[in-house]
Amino acid sequence: MNNILLRVRDLRVDFGAHAVIRGVSFDLGGGEIVGLVGESGSGKSTLARAILRLLQPVQGSVEFLGVDLLKCSPKVMRAQRRGLQIVFQDPLASLDPRMTVGETIAEPLKIFESGLNASARQRKVGDMLQRVGLSSEMSGRYPHEFSGGQCQRIGIARAMILSPKLLICDEMVSSLDVSIQGQIINLLLDLQEAGMAVLFISHNLAVVRHLSHRVLVMYLGKLVEIAPCDALFASPVHPYTRGLLAAVPHRLPAVGAAAPGAPGDQAVPDLITSGCAFRDRCPYVLPMCETSEPPLDEVAPGHWAACHRSHETLNPLSFES
Amino acid sequence: MDGLADEAARRLRSNPAAVAAVAVLCAIVVLSWLGPWFSPNNSQTLDWLHIAVRPGMQSSHWFGTDRLGRDLFTRTLAGTRVSIAIGLAASVISLLVGVSYGAIASYIGGRTDHLMMRLIEILSGLPLIFFVIFLTVIFGRSEYLLFFAIGAVGWLTMARIVRGQTLSVRQREFIEAAIASGAGTGRIIARHVVPNVIGPVIVYATLTVPQIILFESFLSFLGLGIQEPGASLGTLIAEGAGEMEAAPWILLVPGSFLAVLLLCLNIFGDGLRDALDVKDG
Amino acid sequence: MVPTLSVDRLRVSFSHRSGSIEAVDRVSLQIVPAECVGIVGESGSGKTQIFMAAMGLLAGKAQVSGSVRFEGNELLSVDRPTLNRVRGSKLTMIFQDPMTSLTPHLTVGTQLAEVTVTHLGMPWKDARTFAGRMLERVHVPEPKRRLNQYPHELSGGMRQRVMIAMSLLCEPSLVIADEPTTALDMTTQAQIIELLRAVRGEFGMALVLISHDLAVVAGLADRILVMYAGSVVENAIAEELFKHPRHPYTAELLKCMPSVTGPRLDRLPTLAGQPPRPGEILEACPFAPRCSRAADRCRVERPQLEGSSTSQAACHFPLTS
Repeated sequence: MNNILLRVRDLRVDFGAHAVIRGVSFDLGGGEIVGLVGESGSGKSTLARAILRLLQPVQGSVEFLGVDLLKCSPKVMRAQRRGLQIVFQDPLASLDPRMTVGETIAEPLKIFESGLNASARQRKVGDMLQRVGLSSEMSGRYPHEFSGGQCQRIGIARAMILSPKLLICDEMVSSLDVSIQGQIINLLLDLQEAGMAVLFISHNLAVVRHLSHRVLVMYLGKLVEIAPCDALFASPVHPYTRGLLAAVPHRLPAVGAAAPGAPGDQAVPDLITSGCAFRDRCPYVLPMCETSEPPLDEVAPGHWAACHRSHETLNPLSFES
Repeated sequence: MDGLADEAARRLRSNPAAVAAVAVLCAIVVLSWLGPWFSPNNSQTLDWLHIAVRPGMQSSHWFGTDRLGRDLFTRTLAGTRVSIAIGLAASVISLLVGVSYGAIASYIGGRTDHLMMRLIEILSGLPLIFFVIFLTVIFGRSEYLLFFAIGAVGWLTMARIVRGQTLSVRQREFIEAAIASGAGTGRIIARHVVPNVIGPVIVYATLTVPQIILFESFLSFLGLGIQEPGASLGTLIAEGAGEMEAAPWILLVPGSFLAVLLLCLNIFGDGLRDALDVKDG
Repeated sequence: MVPTLSVDRLRVSFSHRSGSIEAVDRVSLQIVPAECVGIVGESGSGKTQIFMAAMGLLAGKAQVSGSVRFEGNELLSVDRPTLNRVRGSKLTMIFQDPMTSLTPHLTVGTQLAEVTVTHLGMPWKDARTFAGRMLERVHVPEPKRRLNQYPHELSGGMRQRVMIAMSLLCEPSLVIADEPTTALDMTTQAQIIELLRAVRGEFGMALVLISHDLAVVAGLADRILVMYAGSVVENAIAEELFKHPRHPYTAELLKCMPSVTGPRLDRLPTLAGQPPRPGEILEACPFAPRCSRAADRCRVERPQLEGSSTSQAACHFPLTS
């Protein structure tokens, strides 16, 4: 990867005594769309907030365009925010109910381009609204007058008005109807300007598959697999990834419901003091998994997995299409 | 903000009790400012010919006179003016101070919040009446002292309310979104926090006005507030209390005005809460 | 054979200051004993309101008209004591978010035992033992320990199992599952679907599975009803629906489900526009504004459900195989 936009190293986040992110490292390059998948408790949303310094990690570094966001002063951080934006999961909740959508979209302009006069701002806001598929006359309306999908477009407009270099999408379409999800994703793809990278966080594997160049899989605060998208879906290595893919329900009744590939529920991370966090649910567990935590190991070019058995050829999980 | 204010106004209009209360309040305000023009008397003149006269249409003293022959109509209206003015002014001051204090303390959080709230608790613990008496002894009676004492009452609870409201608003996602957009603390408090807590705050402010008027009346009743020849509803009630057996109207006229004023303010405040609540819920 | 549930021209409307909002618009459907019916629809489709009305959970907030018969007895006009005898015993419901539908301050055991004590007159001690056995049957690990735990001490998947257990205690004839897996992780979702399948086999009751996700319903349902804007637009046996959808909306919905298998797409399939807001229902086909096949007739005349016993669609120009 040549131009690295974001470099996360050894990130750790604790909520009180509870370790939510337990050492995450990855890179993200300009123009890349990276999917981050995981279930509840994996820490994926916390990771987004940690990168944006909406909360303070206990350890680690987040280098964005060469600046360590976790160590810089609040003033520098605010300046960096111009290039680093986020779209949240709940479209309505992320908009201030007391501001018109025009004011909401204009806010980043007011903060970073104070030289603009009101009419220039108004014009930019109108343009942005059109680019996200709404009309510029809507700028005087309030969020509660819009549907979920429209609110999400407004959120995207706000995030993109300053042409950020990195956009984090935190479960951006999860609360939208199926028939609307495609619209929003396609909008994102259309708006992705030259060099803009996207970190797309989702629990919906199917959407991630169609969107991403590379995929990161997270389990209980750690990355368990990193791979180019095709490789991940065609030949997943980590048992958790395999379990996730097997659990996706299939479209056709002939196939029937998916096999629950990962029995039991997630362990509570505090109880894991040593070894692999997935060992209680793993069908391939070995004695060494109790004591030794597997590191991320490169099993193929660009394909990493944190499993002691990653180099073996395990029984592939099959699912017909 | 317009759309939401219209929404609340509409809901308020459809509440008959609140509408009636507002109407009566307006009537009282108009009466107390314009009423004296219609009377041949003024509130200061001592009419020796008509001492402690009953209310009626026979003399020019429609509400009667007091022990010194002063016209009760103009005097009561003057007293009402003073009480309302003090009530409003003190409410506005406690609103401004309380909102800023509460919003800042809560948003910044941490130790700042801790310290600021401890200060409020200390101030709340002071027995206010003794404090006022103490200050009167030192500084003598004055209207400024009155203002200070009343202001001290209002802003404490306002600050607490705003702090509580801010604590819940600060968790909401649009605040995170504003931070992520690069907004600084000042901007977030002013543009995002305050407009979103203003609903309950306005309601509380409206309900504070009667409290303040009552407190002022109480202070004046004790002789700590407005002095002769000035009048407020409190001083008038104090005078009237002394004449209760012989000339009950001296008490009843200002007393009824105070009661009606407070009742209407409370009903209006409740109506306002209902009108704003649905949106804030 | 008396149908387990017979809904006839059910209408549910909510009064709003600007008029009334029709959430369910003259819906008729039937469920026969031991049948599993999937009800699929997006937001505003009215799929949940039908059953909330049937269970009398909308009382006071909405105007309900029409008829809902449970095993031949009319539910809508029945008195409260009779309704309470049926609800929770023979006609039970599983809700979407088990965290909010279980009482937080009562132990699991108390809540479960309460059901059989109330409906079957069991003594408390026996009721608790019975509850423990039911927890075993729904595969809750360490059932005795769970009885003494509070809802917040259990994971989402386990709470849902408790809800399922609760719904089965009195051997119901019909269980209504309203989005039972939406709040759960993918892997847990697969487990719960498996559980529902097993439970159906064991208890033989009729099951209504409400979901916005066709894939979830695919593995379980014998028959599927698709709802749009308060009406049923397609009613077909599962296999027919997936292989030969007859209503254009169903076809679009199927297309919009991205899959983890099959070729990767450049842009996700999508359906333009959005579902009508509740209340915007007119004497026309509600789907006409978004339908690529809409003709003049569709904009003035409301189509009725027509077709064979295996597949019906409310469309003037249904898709043919």
